[in-house]
Amino acid sequence: MNNTQTIPTHPRKPNWFSRLANPGVFMGWSRHWIRPLALLTIVTFAIGLWYALFNSPADYQMGETVRIMYVHVPNAWLSQMVYGIMAVAAVGSLVWRHPLADVAMKSAAPLGAAFTALALFTGSLWGRPTWGTFWEWDGRMTSTLVLFLMYIGLVALWNTFADHARGARIIAIFTLVGAINIPIIKFSVDWWNTLHQPSIVTARGLTMPASIATPLLVMMLAFTLLFFTLHFIAMRTEILRRRANTLERQHVLATAAANKQQAASDD
Amino acid sequence: MIDLGPHALYIVSSYLGVTLVVALLIIWVRHGARKQHARLSELEARGIHRRSGVSASE
Repeated sequence: MNNTQTIPTHPRKPNWFSRLANPGVFMGWSRHWIRPLALLTIVTFAIGLWYALFNSPADYQMGETVRIMYVHVPNAWLSQMVYGIMAVAAVGSLVWRHPLADVAMKSAAPLGAAFTALALFTGSLWGRPTWGTFWEWDGRMTSTLVLFLMYIGLVALWNTFADHARGARIIAIFTLVGAINIPIIKFSVDWWNTLHQPSIVTARGLTMPASIATPLLVMMLAFTLLFFTLHFIAMRTEILRRRANTLERQHVLATAAANKQQAASDD
Repeated sequence: MIDLGPHALYIVSSYLGVTLVVALLIIWVRHGARKQHARLSELEARGIHRRSGVSASE
């Protein structure tokens, strides 16, 4: 009986995800996305701001200060969404050791820090006329401040590692541990007594009239598009930075080897 | 321009603050990209290329 088996000698063709996530391939396709994304962001912001400032009513309770919501909620949404993206990238970095996951994680952190800072800033400006105070140490505000400090810590941590591959694994673990804060932020208004209003997004949809929901949703879309535009550019920059570092390192090593060879031949 | 009522200062400050930070973020991200492109161009001008021969900026 012929019991021979064949062993495939050709490397398997990478699947679509591997091809898409390869840094070189990413540089190729992302280049064509940046300009349309940037244009879409500008158009969406123009529509959103027109709704937010000129074509939406004052709230029956908060009056005109409801307009702060159109910049506060999108930044608060991004502060959590960006961390979610970083947590997914951290899994990609730890499980598959994917270089693009490291790049996505690193380049998202400063953007997330900026959006969280804006959520805190606009939240306090909204809180003063609404609650009578800029700040209250309640669950939502404190957990958002913790999120901001975590972003700052992660940015600082990235800057301490010269070896990005090693640093990425350690930072991925920290990122995943910190992800526990995201459900705390989300459900803090349900778990604890707070000045902050309950979630506006519920299982039944948005708890507000269409005249207020429309500018809010358009502004959320605009800020989300802004994030993706900036994130794509920041990821491409990080890939270029790594390429430049590699070229410089290779050049230094090649020069050192050539000098050594020259010295040996002179002797 | 719409009348923003007695709390106009808070509303205007929040929009100005967001505009300022977003503008700084865009400038910072674009500056970073330009800096790396310039760094790679300078390396290539010195004859330091990738082994594949493909430009590192591609």
